[in-house]
Amino acid sequence: MTKTDQKPLLEVRNLKTYFYTEDGVVSAVDGISFEVYPGEVLGIVGESGCGKSVTSLSIMRLIAPPGKITEGEILLDGKNLLSLSEDEMTKMRGNKISMIFQQPQTALNPVFKVDNQIAEVLNIHKSLGKEAGKKRAVELLKMVGIPDAERRAEAYPHELSGGMAQRVMIAMALACVPELLIADEPTTALDVTIQAQILDLMRDLRTKMGTSVILITHDLGVVAEMAERVAVMYAGEIVEQAEVNSLFEQPLHPYTQGLIGSIPILGQIKERLDVIPGSVPNLVNLPAGCRFAPRCTAREKFGLKICTETKPELTDSAPGHKVRCWLYQNSKDHQAPLKVKQG
Amino acid sequence: MSQTTEIHKAEDLVQVEHLVKYFPVRAGLMQRVVNWVKAVDDVSFTVKKGETLGMVGESGCGKTTIGRSMLRLVEPTSGSVQYDGRDVLKLRGNDLKDVRRHMQIIFQDPYASLDPRVPIGESVMEGLHIHKIGSPQERYDLMIETLKKVGLEDYHARRYPHEFSGGQRQRIGIARALALRPNFIICDEPVSALDVSIQSQVLNILKDLQKEFGLTYLFIAHNLSVVEHISDRVAVMYLGKMVELTSRDDLFKNPLHPYTKALMSAIPIPDPKLKRQREVLKGDVPSPLNPPKGCRFHPRCPIAEKICSEQEPEFREAVSGHWVACWMVK
Repeated sequence: MTKTDQKPLLEVRNLKTYFYTEDGVVSAVDGISFEVYPGEVLGIVGESGCGKSVTSLSIMRLIAPPGKITEGEILLDGKNLLSLSEDEMTKMRGNKISMIFQQPQTALNPVFKVDNQIAEVLNIHKSLGKEAGKKRAVELLKMVGIPDAERRAEAYPHELSGGMAQRVMIAMALACVPELLIADEPTTALDVTIQAQILDLMRDLRTKMGTSVILITHDLGVVAEMAERVAVMYAGEIVEQAEVNSLFEQPLHPYTQGLIGSIPILGQIKERLDVIPGSVPNLVNLPAGCRFAPRCTAREKFGLKICTETKPELTDSAPGHKVRCWLYQNSKDHQAPLKVKQG
Repeated sequence: MSQTTEIHKAEDLVQVEHLVKYFPVRAGLMQRVVNWVKAVDDVSFTVKKGETLGMVGESGCGKTTIGRSMLRLVEPTSGSVQYDGRDVLKLRGNDLKDVRRHMQIIFQDPYASLDPRVPIGESVMEGLHIHKIGSPQERYDLMIETLKKVGLEDYHARRYPHEFSGGQRQRIGIARALALRPNFIICDEPVSALDVSIQSQVLNILKDLQKEFGLTYLFIAHNLSVVEHISDRVAVMYLGKMVELTSRDDLFKNPLHPYTKALMSAIPIPDPKLKRQREVLKGDVPSPLNPPKGCRFHPRCPIAEKICSEQEPEFREAVSGHWVACWMVK
């Protein structure tokens, strides 16, 4: 049985998170739906401003004004997180769902020692006493591969390197053995040799603990190595969603194709890189129709008019492979110019 | 390949010899110097006319300090930087100004490197003013021409930096460096603040401009894939030292230094089918305050032997054109 045959652990349905700014309403996340199955790693990939971080903060209910979740449901084990009271949600955070952030140094509290910070989590959720909590903290630090854990437990965050601080964050996030871990760009601030260590560690711990992971990143390389399924976001929407192998073998959406073509790959020398012309649209004044249409060269190639008029829906194009693009979908006004290879 | 061999024969444009930069660490009431950060410690290399020399390494390896020392944006502690036969580090006043006209720099952060209160046309023209090039009309025309070269339009000249996206700002940074029509441009992490789709636009522009103006680049970056894409030769830095320097093809086919190998195997490849045997380095990069004795890489090195912790390996030409500093390379 594959993971996707099981009942999903997390279901996000038609989530909309808007920011009400002086310049207008920013539709940062605009009607996204996806599932996370038990024990899987779902990658969410996209460029700055695509809404991937706002998605993760929405799941944690950490959206502060002027932002607001205006619509949708976030079901964890069938329970809607959006209808919980603030107290009930506090019991969820760090216990059932935890999160690690891009900047480990700023996510840790600078005035408390590492073991106290981990013990605090255990105290709140598991009512563990101070001494027991500290003891458990040392065990957790050992688990995430911190050398000399007894001594490092007594350190303040500023005494740790970036890689060590991220290990501490991971230890803290996993302290209560959560069902879901959201990792928001966990290695972006780290050097590549340290990134490799952290990715190895995350892979290891996931197999050991069976935690589901949402991995948010802009790095397609990290996604290819870590994720089982991937959602590609653009301008607040999911434009493509697929199992990782089929996404890289047969990327369907012109944006995904452009992204994959625009990165230099070690050992594969190209004279020129592919380019996606233009830049990401302003989320206040979104183009009518497909949000990628103004940058889409495939649309021009096939002379599609519908793209700038009507927004395509995210639909199944092959088993487990969804795409939001008129190139693969018929409408009453046009015939889809491309077909998807099945299987 | 033929391009690479041509580069081997090309003459040197810049020669850096025994470059050293120590930053003092001050403490106490009297702000006495208590220690030195050895950011760059005895580095020598040359940049050949018309090539792109890539310089790669992780944070704290000294790559940015090398770039800045070469233009004397920080004063090096010792060593020499020869540009076209003149020692940049000994020049003063007008002579230094004259050399700087030919050596320009593009910075990493396109948000911090442009004056927010000046229209970008003025920023691009600033160098032309300083070097008193042409009449005001000629300077204006040259500025507009330069903006067009980097894919901007003439009406952009009147706009302020906050009106531009990151990618456009980086184009402005390039235009500013290019306005003086220099021979040599130091690109200090020019694409690392940009999204990948924008990164490829900027990399393509840099390549086009190099062809059109016969530019020589020193391309500093932490991303080995980007460096491989753009460079003719590549230098690898670790903790203030250069550990390997060779042609791009050679480096990626036949890396000699264990650090280079580890760096290459650490990069995630966007191909899920490729399950690689990865060599993960243990530990963190040590502090440049107290670099390890002997070879600076030895505490993390998978193949280190006794000599590595005792004596520093010499940076030598192991194979023709392929330089490396490692005791284990015969």
